[in-house]
Amino acid sequence: MGKIRVGVYICHCGVNIKSTVDVTKLTQFASTLPHVSVAKDYIYLCSDPGQELIRNDIKEFNLNRIVVAACSPRMHEPTFRKVLRSAGVNPYCLEIANIREHCSWVHEDINKATKKAESILAATVAKTSLLEPLEEKEVDVIPTALVLGGGIAGIQTALDIADTGFKVYLVEKDPSIGGHMMQLDKTFPTLDCSACILTPKMSDVGNHPNIELLTYSEITDVGGYVGNFKVTIKKKPRYIIEYKCNGCGNCISYCPIEMPDPFNLNLSKTKCLYIPFPQAVPACFVIDPDYCRYTLNRECKQCEPVCKELGAIDLKQKEQFVEVDVGTIVVATGFDTFDPTLKPELGYGFYPNVITGLEFERLSSASGPTTGDVMINGKKPKNVVFIHCVGSRDKTVGNEYCSRVCCMYTAKQAHLIKDKIPDAKVTVFYIDVRAFGKGFEEFYDRVKQEGVIYRRGNVSEVYKRGEKLVVKAEDTLMGQLVEVETDLVVLAVGMVPRADSNTVNNLLKLSQSADKFLLEAHPKLRPVDTASDGIFLAGCCQGPKDIPDTVAQASAAAAKASIPLSQGKVKTEAQVAQVNELLCRGCGFCVEACPYDAIELKPTEIAGKTVDVASVNEVLCKGCGACAAACLSGAIQQKSFTDEQLLSMIASLGECYE
Amino acid sequence: MSEEAERLAYILRDPLFPCIQCGKCTGSCPISVISPHFNIRKLLYEILNSEGEDIAQKKEMLWDCSTCTTCVKRCPKEVNPADLIISMRSVLVEDGQVPPKIRDVLKSISIRGNPWNIGQEKRSEWAEGLEIKSIADAEILFYVGCTPSFDPRLQKLTKALAKILSRAGINFGTLGNDEVCCGNEIRRMGDIWSFDALKEMNMEMFNQFPIKQIITTSPHCYNTFKNEYADLNIEVKHYTQIIPDLIKKKKLTFSKKLEKTVTYHDPCFLGRQNQIFDEPRAILKSIPSLNYVEMDRARERSMCCEGGGGRMWIEAFETMERTATIRVKEALDCGAEVLATACPFCLLTLEDAVKSGELEDKIQVLDIIEILSQVID
Repeated sequence: MGKIRVGVYICHCGVNIKSTVDVTKLTQFASTLPHVSVAKDYIYLCSDPGQELIRNDIKEFNLNRIVVAACSPRMHEPTFRKVLRSAGVNPYCLEIANIREHCSWVHEDINKATKKAESILAATVAKTSLLEPLEEKEVDVIPTALVLGGGIAGIQTALDIADTGFKVYLVEKDPSIGGHMMQLDKTFPTLDCSACILTPKMSDVGNHPNIELLTYSEITDVGGYVGNFKVTIKKKPRYIIEYKCNGCGNCISYCPIEMPDPFNLNLSKTKCLYIPFPQAVPACFVIDPDYCRYTLNRECKQCEPVCKELGAIDLKQKEQFVEVDVGTIVVATGFDTFDPTLKPELGYGFYPNVITGLEFERLSSASGPTTGDVMINGKKPKNVVFIHCVGSRDKTVGNEYCSRVCCMYTAKQAHLIKDKIPDAKVTVFYIDVRAFGKGFEEFYDRVKQEGVIYRRGNVSEVYKRGEKLVVKAEDTLMGQLVEVETDLVVLAVGMVPRADSNTVNNLLKLSQSADKFLLEAHPKLRPVDTASDGIFLAGCCQGPKDIPDTVAQASAAAAKASIPLSQGKVKTEAQVAQVNELLCRGCGFCVEACPYDAIELKPTEIAGKTVDVASVNEVLCKGCGACAAACLSGAIQQKSFTDEQLLSMIASLGECYE
Repeated sequence: MSEEAERLAYILRDPLFPCIQCGKCTGSCPISVISPHFNIRKLLYEILNSEGEDIAQKKEMLWDCSTCTTCVKRCPKEVNPADLIISMRSVLVEDGQVPPKIRDVLKSISIRGNPWNIGQEKRSEWAEGLEIKSIADAEILFYVGCTPSFDPRLQKLTKALAKILSRAGINFGTLGNDEVCCGNEIRRMGDIWSFDALKEMNMEMFNQFPIKQIITTSPHCYNTFKNEYADLNIEVKHYTQIIPDLIKKKKLTFSKKLEKTVTYHDPCFLGRQNQIFDEPRAILKSIPSLNYVEMDRARERSMCCEGGGGRMWIEAFETMERTATIRVKEALDCGAEVLATACPFCLLTLEDAVKSGELEDKIQVLDIIEILSQVID
């Protein structure tokens, strides 16, 4: 390439930059810098006329390097790279000087801010003169997706991707898909039967030609990158051969061992040879190895002969590992409900008639242990108290957030009590009622109309008085202490990140936000993306949500995950690390520093000898620069951030302050 | 806002901004049960909406708080109402506007170094007849505390503790008549200046000897040494923390059994404020034949006896039930013949409640160490 010809463009950003940086002075200053052929300022460079200005100048002044002094490169670097490309200049010959976030927004004195903007600009121009054109590579995408989690989020995501025409592996750790939604009785505010609206979707998953369902399975290893992930899945032994079992259930009565029923939250018993619930997908039984006398002590085996014809029972089954190659991954691992024993003052765990909202769902559900009769100690409760915000909005348990569903599920449950036990007295203790969604306020009105009493106060204590429980709070609207005697206390427990989510998070290198839920790439504009290309989020693993929001997010994640699959190719990072093999001493510090496993030591022939030398997998490299910082001999350089380029910036800053 | 108003707003109002007026504090407050005009949430609201005027001046109720910190532990927004009360009391102490009984306590502290207006020469009266070493000749400091030194009822407890420690072969000594108040209650009465002075005196005294460990009789002394003496580099233990190990290692063995049903009341400064719940129960449960029962409200759910925060020196609210009375009822409800505790103040308030309720033939209040001395020769 011939002579370096830099064009400098200074953005006013309306008044965002102009009010604290003298843009006219800055433009004059820019035109004095080395290699600068032209310097201009403009009100909004990101606008179409602003982009056109740069494009025309590139042609008119034959520019081959561009500096845009404007907002953070996180905002418009991609915009201006496209401008360069369309004008026939390599897009990596662009540098952004951030004079907004790093300067005008954080200073008040216009003279000092202008001086600082000059320094930033001079350093950026110095670096820009040394930029090399870079090329982006393309890799093929395996047209298959992996969805982790078989609750409503994972089900919707899998169905949408599969309907787009791509193959989907749906991995669920439990024996059936369905998740928490399957455990709910009715849904707010429409009072649809939760199972009735979910089971058609579950059945669709089971029958979809593009979906391969892996239940009772967990991922154990993830390698690769967007377009080419390699995932290892562990299939836990069910002790039932899935394709042979027809779900007839003849075996159950022969199993002598009872255990707490996990689907009913241990409120009832089930055999240790069980199907989670009648509509389970797959309709296949499972044996719990923590209870089965054969798996524990090699005794019993009473079930095996019963299934002679099908031969579906295999008590010697071992765990299996399968490897799948996928292009994109959607994480839909869901949530846990808050453990209310962390709020001992509310009496959960002390008194059997203090239950959680989810336990109430099982009591109220026709498929639950009482076939839908809300019964406590064999009696219908006549006084019921609901307590809001248990484990939400509460710093003492580390959950500062609102769980977004508890106000409404409590309203729904209060309605269900009134529906099933019309003469019951129902009291709801609340701090604020958040009925924000479509039809929510109307539903809240309806429930109040039905005679549910709402009292404002965060319940302080639950204790016993004779056979009754006493709920004590300050009614803050009355300014008085109140004690409500009750037969049943329902705690509106909030949502928390899954206790067992760390394995998945570590395998996929997912970040968490301050609330410990998974972090999206941008809270507003990339809500289902993660920082890792090709990995997306759906449902409550990203934060508390109700069912409509979960389904909407799941479809969004499906659409996003399908984009690389339908494009067939993805571009890889161009600003990657490169190794100067002659300088490399093979110490491996870079291998340890790399968070993406993109570097390995490879035996390489140098000057007639075979030595270990660092080698960068350019597809895996994200250009973070950790290796370059770790390298003691300067053998690894990150493209566009080489030592030479960075030192030129530092030298320029030094000159500015001489 | 005047400069003074700004200062008060800064100290009193600004820490309250996160409050969402949920009422958890008032609902949890044991004092609100017996004194409905004591509503901490309302007080917070008034201060939040104030322009820094001197709200403390209007509030006699400020002296009702026992600083049990149930409100602090349960506040979902981590607001600290107990600190607010103490800060407001400080404003009153600075202005000299305190109830006569509190005034007498603070005066006694500055003149005598203890809150009971008794000459320090009587401080080791409890030890008469016992051979108690000076800390100069021992490695572990038995910090007796003011009330256990002077109160005739508590002197029995103190003696019992000293005997048990000797029996277990612990090389302990006391500061004798040189011991001064730890300042825990004084700080909570709002006299932060006297507290600082006491702290300095104590630190100086402790630093004269190569003390390995401090053992306290009272959870109140334990609390302040442990949490509020920032520069104290000596391990501090409440006596209930060391006894289980002595029993386990057979340094203490039981020579008798106790065929009684016993429950345990968690002192706020031991349980709620320092999470010592298991050790006292472990001691009781190790006693032969003792039938241990738990009250409905125990551990974190326990209820304050009203003995802290200066309440020991203030009369009960007229005509009002005392929280200790409620607590004794709860002990009777669970079938206990002995209500055990591990705090001198709890012992006095609970025993008072038993006496005023004429329940002496139904239930007995004892410190754990007194129970131990019944079964160890």
